[in-house]
Amino acid sequence: MYDIVIIGAGVIGCAVAYRLGQYEGKFAVMDAAFDVSEGASKANSGIVHAGYDAKAGTEKARLNVKGAQMMKGLCRTLGVPYGQPGAMVLGFHEEDRQTLENLYKNSIVNGVPGCRLIERDEILKLEPNINPDVLLALLVPASGLVSPYELTHALADSAKENGCDFLLGTKAEALSFLDGVWTITTSNGQVQTRAVVNCAGVFADVLHNQISTKQVKIVARRGQYYLLDHSTPLLFNRTIFQVPTKMGKGVLVSPTTHGNLLLGPTAEDIEDGLDTATTQGGLGDVLEKARLTFPKADLRQVITTFSGIRAHEMAGDFLIGQVEGAPEGAFEAIGIESPGLSAAPAIGEELGDWVAYFLKLKKNLNYIAPTPLPKAFAGMNEQERRAAYEIDPDYGRIVCRCEQVTEAEVRRSIRRPMGARSLDGVKRRTRAGMGRCQSGFCSTRVMEILAEELGQDLPSILKSGGNSWLLTGSIGKEDSHEQ
Amino acid sequence: MSSNARIPVDLLVIGAGPAGLAAAIAAKRAGVMSLLVLEREDEQGGILNQCIHNGFGLHRFKEELTGPEYAERDIKEARDLNIPVLTGTTVLAVTRDKQVTAVSRERGLLVYQAKAIILAMGCRERPRGALAIPGSRPAGVYSAGTAQKLVNMAGFMPGRKVVILGSGDIGLIMARRMTLQGAQVLACVELMPYSSGLNRNIVQCLQDYNIPLMLSHTVVDIHGKERLTGVTVAQVGEDRRPIPGTEQEFDCDTLLLSVGLIPENELSLQAGVRISATTQGAVVNNQYETNVKGIFACGNVLHVHDLVDYVSRESMQAGAAAAQYLQGEKAPFLRSQVKDGQGVRGTVPQRLDIPQGAVEEGIELMFRPDKVYQNHYVTVRTPDEVLLSQRRFILTPGEMAEVKLTPDMLSRVRQTNVTVEITAEKQTI
Repeated sequence: MYDIVIIGAGVIGCAVAYRLGQYEGKFAVMDAAFDVSEGASKANSGIVHAGYDAKAGTEKARLNVKGAQMMKGLCRTLGVPYGQPGAMVLGFHEEDRQTLENLYKNSIVNGVPGCRLIERDEILKLEPNINPDVLLALLVPASGLVSPYELTHALADSAKENGCDFLLGTKAEALSFLDGVWTITTSNGQVQTRAVVNCAGVFADVLHNQISTKQVKIVARRGQYYLLDHSTPLLFNRTIFQVPTKMGKGVLVSPTTHGNLLLGPTAEDIEDGLDTATTQGGLGDVLEKARLTFPKADLRQVITTFSGIRAHEMAGDFLIGQVEGAPEGAFEAIGIESPGLSAAPAIGEELGDWVAYFLKLKKNLNYIAPTPLPKAFAGMNEQERRAAYEIDPDYGRIVCRCEQVTEAEVRRSIRRPMGARSLDGVKRRTRAGMGRCQSGFCSTRVMEILAEELGQDLPSILKSGGNSWLLTGSIGKEDSHEQ
Repeated sequence: MSSNARIPVDLLVIGAGPAGLAAAIAAKRAGVMSLLVLEREDEQGGILNQCIHNGFGLHRFKEELTGPEYAERDIKEARDLNIPVLTGTTVLAVTRDKQVTAVSRERGLLVYQAKAIILAMGCRERPRGALAIPGSRPAGVYSAGTAQKLVNMAGFMPGRKVVILGSGDIGLIMARRMTLQGAQVLACVELMPYSSGLNRNIVQCLQDYNIPLMLSHTVVDIHGKERLTGVTVAQVGEDRRPIPGTEQEFDCDTLLLSVGLIPENELSLQAGVRISATTQGAVVNNQYETNVKGIFACGNVLHVHDLVDYVSRESMQAGAAAAQYLQGEKAPFLRSQVKDGQGVRGTVPQRLDIPQGAVEEGIELMFRPDKVYQNHYVTVRTPDEVLLSQRRFILTPGEMAEVKLTPDMLSRVRQTNVTVEITAEKQTI
């Protein structure tokens, strides 16, 4: 019997689990996927929104501003890449002036520091690659960048180190409550717990509606992106938005924490919450809209395209706390779409504390503080590289040439508390395979290292779990997988 | 050794594939005593090591060798000449003043100060992402070269039912290789109305195995969440856009991509080397010297070749030129530019540095036609005169074309621009 089971190993579920490390108890995070951070948390814009646009007075506004202010410290504690280059919201027409002035006023009400309206000359001086047809912009110095999956993996590591179980490949199918105990019926049998926290992203409404008299409806809203190779100097220093629409913040052009350039997303409501395919129409749409901001966008710099799904709750705000109209001990964080990543540190802390208070959990006096992730070899200077090599000569062997990832880092990513078990798992923890050749050169070597570290044979290594086998088997032998 | 020590070396060659080895051999033969070759893989020979089919060396050795056999000849010669090659050593950075940082598991971080550098890093395959093919992102989408490495080097099969997108040579070779290993290759799909591969490969790798080559077609959707389950192929119009209604589904577990090679010039860019938008390799003169004095480039990092024989020839010239540079023997010269004219793309070299005195050696110009031409003429002209106009029965983008400017022609060029073009009629000289 667990004290708390968190359903969903995305950034929200892992932030709650991270917070619960501060308490004594038996906790678990459950997810249908093969790894943590497999849903919305692995494929989004990676922006730490300052909080100028969420409607004043909403949970979105409050938790966004609070979470964004916590993010830098959290990333430092965990050793996760974070930057605060600021943002701009561009207006191209005189009628956008009113919208931007309203955003400015909203930023003051929400408590976002430092925003101001700037005109064309200043815009182009700060960001020379912006379309010169721009008229005015809201400058948002407090806007930041974070690597969303690296944050989630680091939160999960810390939770795991403090004893939290991770029940991966385990789909929560039904919730029931009897005599103060919650039973979760899963794809791997039943799990019992005193309290349950629903952080199931696009699938959270199904579980919610099973136990609550108040029904909610989540729409899976897909966003497609182009990712461009890193360039020196950066083409854009800041995240560049256009004036927002009803469907969200629109198409942005933004650097990532690793110096790539991201164009996207679309906002398409789709039926299947797992359908992360890209479409010709969607990508075309991104390009057309991105070119309003960045007319010289060069598709030859594109290294990949992808899409992510955000969980849009029809009422529009985050639903956080005890599940309304449900038996006691049920908690949730539902409808955590943008700015959900920015709000995650605050949601994790508040929700974690809330459940702990409900169960009257004691402080964990043996709390293991996180060890910050070591600096990536690619970002080290000469002295740091020499020092790293002295400690571990595997730093001398480059596995991924595009991102300069070493064998030491690949091995470490597998040995972490919540270590990688697949090619994609290594990729998101180390960046091996994320560069311009998209794993063409390094995938074979990464597969060999995975096989060695996990004690498996090569054909059993997966791309991302499930049936995502990479090889049919050895030449001249029987196939390793079912046809 | 103090941590700031810089290891001096006259000539540093980056890459021990066919280009780097040939360049190093030529430089050593020309008298460069202090030289070093750095190779990131554990073995010398570069991509030839995974090319176990034959057909290499027809021009250079007048015999048909496999890739490893071809590589072995250069490896042996380099060894006989006592050329030091550090394998398992990846170059991390190159500066304009020729400081080269590398790392290896055996030696740790190495920082060299070179007097001359030869860039011979080769090329990489264009990945799926760069094409922005729509669809899901399951396992089973490989570049042809990655599949070749898995099959030929690691001994594993990447799939059983295969569609190949693009008809580059590696894709064609892999169509045959996968078939011979028991896989079913359903089709080779090519966006263009012609193949970008060598004709001999189309015959020997597709036709001999009844694998259909679908010209003017492309993959418009990729299916499968975990492992690939199929692809949608559609015909494209003259604008290369898919024609609605022509879609057909292929059930397959593997999609191999052979959609182009890109010279790997990230180190070159760090060093301030100017890159041509057409070849995606360095802009060089007839000595294969880049805009950065003392930095040379050759092989597939300069422009993507079809035949290794020409890589070796070009690289030997680059190696000899680097030796000459180190010996300070460059005579006064006049500079002219080589321009791509009608029908011609990516002529290398882009600059001619022609000695002011007597011209003794000719210069080969290599380029790709922009489409297929039959019975046309390759014409080289200056603004004032036609230097040559040679008939070719077939010119195709899949095969690099070449013309040789003789010393006599070069002595007539002198400082004017030279244009290479494809013309329907013979131009009178």
